[in-house]
Amino acid sequence: MTALAKGLARLVVIPAGAGMSRAVLERNLVVARRYWVSILSGFVEPVLYLFSLGIGLGSLVGQIPIGDGRVVGYAEFVAPALLAASAMNGAIYDSTFAVFWKIKYGKIYEAQLATPLGPRDVALGEVAWAQLRGGLYAAMFVAVMLLAGFLSSWWALLALPAAVVVGVAFAGAGMAATTFMKSWQDFDLVNLAILPMFLFSATFYPLSAYPEALQWVVRLTPLYHGVSLLRSLTLGTVGWALVGHLLYLVVMGVVGLLIAARRLERLLLT
Amino acid sequence: MPVTSSVVRDEGRGELSTRSSSSSGTKAGTAVRARGLVKRFGDFVAVDGIDVEVPLGESFGFLGPNGAGKSSTMRMIGCVSPPSAGELTVLGLDPRRDGSRIRARLGVVPQQDTLDQELTVRENLVLYARYFGLSRAHARAKADELLEFAHLTDRADDRVEPLSGGMKRRLTIARALVNDPDVLLLDEPTTGLDPQARHLLWERLFRLKRQGVTLILTTHYMDEAEQLCDRLVVMDGGRIVAEGSPRELIEQHSSREVLELRFTDDDHLGLEVAVRDLADRVETLPDRLLLYSADGDAALRAVLDRGVSPESSLVRRSSLEDVFLRLTGRSLVD
Repeated sequence: MTALAKGLARLVVIPAGAGMSRAVLERNLVVARRYWVSILSGFVEPVLYLFSLGIGLGSLVGQIPIGDGRVVGYAEFVAPALLAASAMNGAIYDSTFAVFWKIKYGKIYEAQLATPLGPRDVALGEVAWAQLRGGLYAAMFVAVMLLAGFLSSWWALLALPAAVVVGVAFAGAGMAATTFMKSWQDFDLVNLAILPMFLFSATFYPLSAYPEALQWVVRLTPLYHGVSLLRSLTLGTVGWALVGHLLYLVVMGVVGLLIAARRLERLLLT
Repeated sequence: MPVTSSVVRDEGRGELSTRSSSSSGTKAGTAVRARGLVKRFGDFVAVDGIDVEVPLGESFGFLGPNGAGKSSTMRMIGCVSPPSAGELTVLGLDPRRDGSRIRARLGVVPQQDTLDQELTVRENLVLYARYFGLSRAHARAKADELLEFAHLTDRADDRVEPLSGGMKRRLTIARALVNDPDVLLLDEPTTGLDPQARHLLWERLFRLKRQGVTLILTTHYMDEAEQLCDRLVVMDGGRIVAEGSPRELIEQHSSREVLELRFTDDDHLGLEVAVRDLADRVETLPDRLLLYSADGDAALRAVLDRGVSPESSLVRRSSLEDVFLRLTGRSLVD
């Protein structure tokens, strides 16, 4: 118990930083300029899902009731979920594999921490960058949704900032998890977490498809909250539940960020 | 090779240290001050209570075998490793509280290069300058200046990986200078380099020293220490075992000259007793006898008068290496 309390106290003390995380972000932008084709390609996958499932499968599924008496086409129903998944995927890539390489092989943080930058700057810069990639995918996906006519409410204007929150949540958690990884094999665990979430977080069908007990399990997963948040906004079914979803994601991002910064300190500033 | 370096190298060791102290010892203040400084990793004590004081403008060296605690000390000074006990101030500030402010005034050359392999040579300099909060325009101008300094202008737009070891090291040193540091920390700056690359690096470091930059370096190359250090400490097992200028250390811990006697086979093993009174100290090595004496030629004559007939003999000046081996022993440390 005291160990747990001590651990929590240590976490709450904010790791050192010089308020210069933008320099870390800038470094990643310079590198990304060289890989922009491969970075953009990451956006294609959810769009393919959208057309294959939304339009292909959607023609068999028919209309979906969305709770307020209205019904929507399947494509409209599934698009915001794919938007959430898109933000998640973009954020996960650069906060896990890329961060692991930088810690273990690239010695990027070792070099950065010898300058005025502190672990907080590094963690914040990396999370900001990872969510930027997620945000970029989300922006492109929102554009596709707009062109395809899948946005049925003015609330949808908030879909993009909300997708950024989803990106921050997964970037923070992804980076925190990565600081505990010992080898590339450990990343199978990331896939093991991501894929089921992608399939079962009320992404492709409403939560009500599950029995009551399973619904509660799904409600614990972060992507469920991302999907629910974005779906409410793009379909205009806004209620107080949104605050809960938002809070879950913000807390996840901030706690992830703090753990990541603290772990960098433990790993590199010994 | 530029003229300055060859002039400097051709001068005797004693002149080297007087010259540098008169030209760069003018800055007031203390770069590093440590009292009873300790670094522990679990049960292992890497640095065992050392006292060090380095005034600004001095070139100071930590000498010692592998595992002596040099790098741990350097990391504490570089504010990337919190001290376990004792006092440490760097540039008058406390690393535990003001790490970021201290690091803003340091240049760090780590033992293993930490260059950014995803960036070009020039980008390595520009972005590193940005980590110090320097403006883009300033960072770009500084990068051009340092590319020149490091002889890397031709390779500015190449990635880091294809560069030779010497080029990478020069780039690492150039990178450590982006913020015009008051103190440059160099952890084994020339380990693994060929003689040409080492001499070029020494010449660059000497230029910095003359500009008044405080150099703090670790090395196990004695010639490097004699070239660059005004003053140095010898570390062994986490402690400081000797301290002084290269010349003082030689005077205190060795004789002025060393007579080396080689023999055809192992028949010298019993001879130590026969010649012991002819020198300050006699050491028996597997292949030779070393006689430490103020006058090596006189010692040689005396040895020959005793009827001892070595296969070959050599009289040389005592070096820092003799001091080092005497203080830290000849056994191999891994």
